[in-house]
Amino acid sequence: MTTETQAAAPEKEFGKARPRKEDARLVTGQTTWTDNLILPGMLHIAFVRSPFAHARITSVDVSAARRMPGVIAAFSGADFADEQGSLPCAWPVTPDIVIPAHPPMATEEVRYVGEAVACVVARDRYAAADAVSAVAVDYDPLPPVLDIRTALDEGSPKVHEAGNKSFEWVFQNGDLDAAFRDAPVVLERNYRQQRLIPSAMEPRAVVCSCVGGEFTLWSATQIPHILRLMLALVTGVPEQNIRVIAPDVGGGFGSKLQVTAEEVLTLLIARKLGRPVKWTESRSEGNMTVHHGRDQWQRIRVAAERDGRLRGLSVDLLADMGAYLMLVTPGVPLLGAFMFNSIYKMDAYSFRCTGIFTTKMPTDAYRGAGRPEATFGIERTMDELANELGIEPLELRARNWIKHEEFPYTTIAGLTYDSGNYEAATARARELFRYDELRQEQADRRASGDPVQLGIGISTFTEMCGLAPSRVLGSLAYGAGGWENASVRMLPTGKVEVVTGSTPHGQGHETAWSQIVADKLGVPFEDVRVLHGDTQVSPKGMDTYGSRSLTVGGVAVLSACDKVIAKAKVIASALLEAPPEEVEFSAGVFQARGGSGAGKTIQEIALATFAAHDLPDGVEPSLDSDATYDPENFSFPHGTHLCATEIDTETGMVTIRSYVAVDDVGTVVNPLIVDGQVHGGLAQGIAQALYEEAVYDDDGNLVTTTMADYLLPSAADLPHFTTDRTVTRSTTNPMGVKGVGEAGTIASTPAVVNAIIDALRQFGVRDVPMPCTPERVWRAIQTAQGGEQGSAAQQHEARQSDMTQGNSPQGMVTGSDEAQQSGGAA
Amino acid sequence: MTRITVNVDGVDYEDDVEPRLLLVHYLRETVGKTGTPIGCDTSNCGACTVLMDGTSVKSCSVLAVQADGSSVTTIEGLANGEWHPLQQAFHAEHALQCGYCTPGMILACVDLLQDNPNPSEQEIREGLEGNLCRCTGYQNIVNAVRRAAEAGVTTP
Repeated sequence: MTTETQAAAPEKEFGKARPRKEDARLVTGQTTWTDNLILPGMLHIAFVRSPFAHARITSVDVSAARRMPGVIAAFSGADFADEQGSLPCAWPVTPDIVIPAHPPMATEEVRYVGEAVACVVARDRYAAADAVSAVAVDYDPLPPVLDIRTALDEGSPKVHEAGNKSFEWVFQNGDLDAAFRDAPVVLERNYRQQRLIPSAMEPRAVVCSCVGGEFTLWSATQIPHILRLMLALVTGVPEQNIRVIAPDVGGGFGSKLQVTAEEVLTLLIARKLGRPVKWTESRSEGNMTVHHGRDQWQRIRVAAERDGRLRGLSVDLLADMGAYLMLVTPGVPLLGAFMFNSIYKMDAYSFRCTGIFTTKMPTDAYRGAGRPEATFGIERTMDELANELGIEPLELRARNWIKHEEFPYTTIAGLTYDSGNYEAATARARELFRYDELRQEQADRRASGDPVQLGIGISTFTEMCGLAPSRVLGSLAYGAGGWENASVRMLPTGKVEVVTGSTPHGQGHETAWSQIVADKLGVPFEDVRVLHGDTQVSPKGMDTYGSRSLTVGGVAVLSACDKVIAKAKVIASALLEAPPEEVEFSAGVFQARGGSGAGKTIQEIALATFAAHDLPDGVEPSLDSDATYDPENFSFPHGTHLCATEIDTETGMVTIRSYVAVDDVGTVVNPLIVDGQVHGGLAQGIAQALYEEAVYDDDGNLVTTTMADYLLPSAADLPHFTTDRTVTRSTTNPMGVKGVGEAGTIASTPAVVNAIIDALRQFGVRDVPMPCTPERVWRAIQTAQGGEQGSAAQQHEARQSDMTQGNSPQGMVTGSDEAQQSGGAA
Repeated sequence: MTRITVNVDGVDYEDDVEPRLLLVHYLRETVGKTGTPIGCDTSNCGACTVLMDGTSVKSCSVLAVQADGSSVTTIEGLANGEWHPLQQAFHAEHALQCGYCTPGMILACVDLLQDNPNPSEQEIREGLEGNLCRCTGYQNIVNAVRRAAEAGVTTP
């Protein structure tokens, strides 16, 4: 992390549990959310949205709405036809990918419930909402396409004229046929990754003003820089005339990593009316129209030796794109291609993903983006394999994982993991969890036929994060690089301004970056101010997603500090009358080697540079420095998560009794922030396992439009987490750091479901589709045990599955033996 | 329009409001107290929680006219010279990340501690069931409430 000379710093910031600077404005209600903004003359937009999943628009009449009190304007898609362009997809994953036109406001056809077809603009939000019902839209309904397992069948209705297939992407390494041929054990499993709604607490909001052809757009976005570029490309407004500001943003989790229809339309409306306009979504509007996450069917085949050694792994995914490809929609499931093999060694691996259109809200990045899906698939499969072979599941993992002395290790998926120590993390987790005691208790409860059974779930995971080496992104056809930019400015008073292109929305950059700079420059933590989120203040950036901020943006800050020190050293050398090579910098002080005086502090150098009276010839009077850092590799955090569930077999109720997460995220800048990231990640991963699912009905209506229907866990629904860390430095960045933002979400879902199945396997249950609600758990037990109740339960679940587009085992990928077995075998 | 008088954070406001105006919109847009955010439209999330005559209410579920004659405390009026002990505890325990749920969460905690000055972890979790947070996993919120309880907080 820091240079050796800094070991002498009086109090190191790196590693200190600093409460956050950001909190001062947040705990007092003084911050600026986008919806707080009021500009003179500002108008309010409300959208008219399609009630049909799929329909041809035959007419839109906004004239009555225009006459409503307080209404200033009303527009249909036709009014934007010449200027709205098409919303961007920045990740054309194959050369022949189908990327349909995606007008921000539909003009001819709607393809999901909630798609915007018209809007009204009024003097206040109540008047705008009232006028929505006065817009008359006629539709010719078309058949919806709701199930990706049948969407490619001949005769299926089409979402787009080109058909329902967007792309097929394949990867193969090693001789898969040889791996499976004559393999002593071959296992196939089919898993469902249900559709999720990211649900950041702050609904989206956009404000735009247009003055003299120059636009300022405030948005609750994770990506002001990418948004600025994309707004320019979509609308043709010159990039230099767009300023995008992300004020404080109330969470994102990937959902605000998007260029949305509403952002484009708000800008166009501001231009049309020459007045500032605001749009703020309601939660139910957001559930329908903020991109969703996950939504895959996974078919996983594994070949192994009797001793558990993996020979080959074959993964076949169907991924629901929804109605259109948004910013990184097609790339999300492909991130899983590099993660299904996880921490394990094997001889051969193949991955195939088919991206399929449906008449639903598009999917895109949601916390983990492709890696939670892959980790779920492999970790569930490892437990199944362990059971099949009669090998203790942790032991099976240990027989296959990369040993700590084998790093750097190039995996079968082609990534080079720089570092890791799975043995150490697992040993620590076992100890904290009291693994052996719990196994004993589990055996006792089984023996006594306790109605409350205990299950133990394991997830030994890694992930790739810190997006990303630009060359790698290029090789994957991604539309941009993966660098990050930072500037460090020394002010005349010795205080420091840090500008970061990484754009926080809850992560605590202002605090963590201050710690990095304080240590590096030897200045007080309080003297550092971190600026971000405004393209006028921070002109270059790639923003925040994919657990990239610290590993890419933090390193850029460190590099900029190095440049400041190098510049200051030249000036210090003149002031100290010593040659630069004999000037040393430590704890904020420049000193001639062997010199006995007080030296010169960096603050003194900053003032001397500002005055510029005594600078050596040819030396620029500025210490300010920029750095743009392109990582040489991803970072690979890992860990071992253990979950104990108690399952009331009479009610199906699942209670998490204990949860231990031992994560290795490399060196830690701020343990408070790291623990917070892990806690929040665990909550979202556990929620996928137990509570959350976006459900569409047979007509393609989203049923879970409110927080009353889409179950976000409350404090009462989550357990206390036991977290700890092992520290294995990343060797590919100077701080030794790895990402942490998504680790908890990636690891926890399979840990919980493995624990549930571990408790129920004795009854013949092999899978419970997520979310594992009490009803589903109870029915799985009944079904597996057969009999009257079981058979009735099975029928009920089958009906249920039809309604929710196949969440039961019967609904698994057609033609699979496993699907039939897990549906009915006892 | 209906004339109402509401004391918000110690100041009396007299306004003519539409009968349908929600208290949260009155606070945010008429009075300008934007510290109280809105997170949903079905009173599930609790982000808009304020104290009305000392008791927590979700201000999206109260009409402005129903607040006539009441005293409302928002997050902006909670500090009294220095931060309220719950504000301090949320900061110290890292009980917030994006901070959007925080105003409502803190005011719900004020009410919780008024009812039960020394709650157990389970009582805190159940007491905060009406306030959703998507960032923290709640663990540090529970810790913050315990910290404030140990400091003996009972009044706003």
